[in-house]
Amino acid sequence: MFATAAVALLAVMAMALLRALAGPSLYDRILAINGLGTSTVLLIAVLGFVAGRPDFLDIALLYALINFIGTLAVLKFFRHGDLGHEGDEETL
Amino acid sequence: MSNVLDILSWAAIVGGSFFALVGGIGLLRLPDFFSRVHAVGIQDTLATGLIIFGLLLQTDEWLVAVKLGLVFIVVLFTGPTATHALARAALHAGFRPPLDSETKTSNN
Repeated sequence: MFATAAVALLAVMAMALLRALAGPSLYDRILAINGLGTSTVLLIAVLGFVAGRPDFLDIALLYALINFIGTLAVLKFFRHGDLGHEGDEETL
Repeated sequence: MSNVLDILSWAAIVGGSFFALVGGIGLLRLPDFFSRVHAVGIQDTLATGLIIFGLLLQTDEWLVAVKLGLVFIVVLFTGPTATHALARAALHAGFRPPLDSETKTSNN
């Protein structure tokens, strides 16, 4: 049962990687890497159960947080060209 | 009792894998950026929820259950936030969702 989920998640990660490689725009790539990160979190959790060591969940938790911060950091970097930018009022 | 839990857990994990695959195929096949955001949204919420729920039924340790719940909550909050920020950044950069020419209701 866990192996089924692991194989499915690996397939999903392969698809996300393909989309990240194919583009076509920057935002497609960031989106694909974000989805890849979510699948990775699930894969780590499932693999912990496959190996009978659910302690892996700590790593999954950490990965989920880093994935989120990383996505936002990349978005900010490409918007302002500077991670330390203070931001300004939205005028969208 | 444990049989019932096993079957429920099976159903949840296989269902979650199915929706993860649906999201992956959507990410690969859908035609424009905003519909791909929608596909990733399925992975972030439904697939994650079902798989974590299935794993939750398989454990009998409190600590593991709490950690699974934490992973679920973190993904549940950060996933939509990240996709929202992404869609907003794309809008800001000039991307516009293609609309049906007859029922065009965009106010951009």
